[in-house]
Amino acid sequence: MNDADAIVTRRLTKHFDGKRVVDSLDLNIKAGSVYGFLGRNGAGKSTTIKMLTGMLRPDAGEAYLLGEPVATLRPETRRRICYLAEAHPLYGWMTVGEAVRFTRAFYPATDGHPGWNGRLCEQILDHFELPRRRKIRRLSRGQMAQVSLALGVAPEPELLILDDPTLGLDTVVRRDFLESLIQIIHRAGRTILFSSHMLGDVERVADRIGLMADGVLRVDCPTEVFRESVKRVLVDFAGVPAEDPDVPRLVSWRHVGPTLELVLVGYDDAQRAAVEALGPRSVEVVDLNLEEAFIAYTRPARSLPAFDFRPVKKSIPHPEPAPTDGPSFTDQGAA
Amino acid sequence: MNFRCDTASRVPIYKQLMEQVRTAVARKAVRPGERLPSIRQLSRTLVINPNTVAKAYVELEREGLITRRQGLGVFITAASPEMTAATRRKKLRDATDRYLTEAVHLGVSADEVRRAIEERSAAFHFAGDDGGPGGE
Repeated sequence: MNDADAIVTRRLTKHFDGKRVVDSLDLNIKAGSVYGFLGRNGAGKSTTIKMLTGMLRPDAGEAYLLGEPVATLRPETRRRICYLAEAHPLYGWMTVGEAVRFTRAFYPATDGHPGWNGRLCEQILDHFELPRRRKIRRLSRGQMAQVSLALGVAPEPELLILDDPTLGLDTVVRRDFLESLIQIIHRAGRTILFSSHMLGDVERVADRIGLMADGVLRVDCPTEVFRESVKRVLVDFAGVPAEDPDVPRLVSWRHVGPTLELVLVGYDDAQRAAVEALGPRSVEVVDLNLEEAFIAYTRPARSLPAFDFRPVKKSIPHPEPAPTDGPSFTDQGAA
Repeated sequence: MNFRCDTASRVPIYKQLMEQVRTAVARKAVRPGERLPSIRQLSRTLVINPNTVAKAYVELEREGLITRRQGLGVFITAASPEMTAATRRKKLRDATDRYLTEAVHLGVSADEVRRAIEERSAAFHFAGDDGGPGGE
């Protein structure tokens, strides 16, 4: 473990009903970085976040926040961490002002800590024009997220863990939320882990991304490295396209008519040779955007859906599912 | 200078920013010595991570298009990037080949290509035509 790491997990594992939801997760998130945590629903993101924040006990492995084991986090350390849970649970019967006073009471000023930054809290509430006397349950979903952000940021945490903070927010509110997040990032030294399904948002704010699929961390690298490394290779054949191609660092493959569509990590000479060995008529390499790369990594292998209204002549070949232990893509050495 | 960011694009954000600066310089939309927004400013207005802006600026500085002066800001470089005549010729030949390949596949005649180059050249700023016409 490194002092420069704000979040560390070692072989963190959790089962639900005999199913391994998080599988030996090794995570190192550097202090001062913004980590976008991606994966489909059920991939294990929320379970991981809940183990990080002590809401769930792992079956095996350890998690450390700011250098301390999560299980025995001291209160002084806890106050340096902000956790925004999914869907922003707040007490609906409180007014905005009451929620602020209630939360503030948990952050008294002490020797080492200035405590609650009331001015910052007010600034954020003002910025979003949140009426202090409005009951929380009368707020829109976007306003709840804004209150929750104000309450989370006011103790000036060093580490922010945000579980899908923009879920269900409309485009404008989401942009406002991201703008606030960028402001928070501008304060040097802050570490942010946030999970999201909005890949455009992730690309805007994350230095690094981690991608979970079936409980395993499949990708862990700088955002633009992921973007630039994952390639789609379109291989055309004169006849029937090859099945189950043997190409190094293959993420997924499928047939689209006479074309074999491969998604690869990188495209070097070894991969080029392997593709040529399939005997194609032509080969085309295209870049992917983050959303396309994400889908390539997380979608189970199958042919394009055939929604055809003509009488069916012959069935479309269904490839075997791609190996789920395809290339993991991390630059931290852990496999 | 006007920056944009498109997350649906297949080009990573830092490369989009680099391309926008390159285009602006080539089309004389920015002049040597002109100041670009700071990393903080641009990060805030585009709502992107400051490190992404920093990466674009570092790469542009390496290419010689901009200069970063401590405490003063980021400026468009006055001098043309250093490159030997031979490298420059080779790069021009490669770029021309790419363009002509595209043109051939569009099915246009050589005359149409020449006319198009002539027509569009007015919008760009070439070495040696300082004070000459430069479109925006």
